[in-house]
Amino acid sequence: MGALLLAGVLGLAAGVLAGLFGVGGGILFVPTLTLVLGLTQIHAEASSLLAILPTAAAGAWRQRRYGNARWRPALVLGLAAVAGVEAGVQIAEALPEHALRRLFGVLMLGVAAQLAWRTLRKPPYPS
Amino acid sequence: MRLVVIGLLAGFFGALFGVGGGIVVVPLLILLARYDERPAMATSLAAIGLIALVGAVTYGFHGELKAGAAAVVGIPAAFGAVGGTWLQQRLTSRTLSLAFAALLAAIAVWLLI
Repeated sequence: MGALLLAGVLGLAAGVLAGLFGVGGGILFVPTLTLVLGLTQIHAEASSLLAILPTAAAGAWRQRRYGNARWRPALVLGLAAVAGVEAGVQIAEALPEHALRRLFGVLMLGVAAQLAWRTLRKPPYPS
Repeated sequence: MRLVVIGLLAGFFGALFGVGGGIVVVPLLILLARYDERPAMATSLAAIGLIALVGAVTYGFHGELKAGAAAVVGIPAAFGAVGGTWLQQRLTSRTLSLAFAALLAAIAVWLLI
């Protein structure tokens, strides 16, 4: 019972992050499903995708009301990503995971720095 | 065309690390496609819904979905997402951008250690 409650609270937190930043929430769903609910990694990654569905649907529904979502680009992005997944799976099997994690980590740091730099450089007018 | 490249990259890295595509889509929409923060984040969320749908159906055929566990986290998360988008409308683009950069940096550090 305690585990279910904790998983629900973490799910709620994942949803807030998902809505706030437009990410799926999988980054919190997967560890919650493995560490709190005891799923295996593969079951957690699969079930995380299922949990993302109501999250993304609720968030996108609100964003439609707020007028922020652009549907055609979202469709193009989504379809291209499905193709990218195939390539990712092939590469993941061919290269050592450790090296890939490092590479992606370094890329992410670079992107974070560029985003912060671009934001700080702009004059701080309210938007 | 840029959108296709961004989508490919998102799917690629998402599959490699199980980090949702949004971590990749949002900064690339802002930096490469010149989206403002809120449209980038809203469009990313809609795209992720589509990606997750295809992924979940694929895994479903392999019998790896645990619907009960997914509901335990996913249903509270749907309410959380409504709260998160509400909060997003009340923050400046600048705050959103810097907070998102901090989230990316935290994930990068987690990947590197």
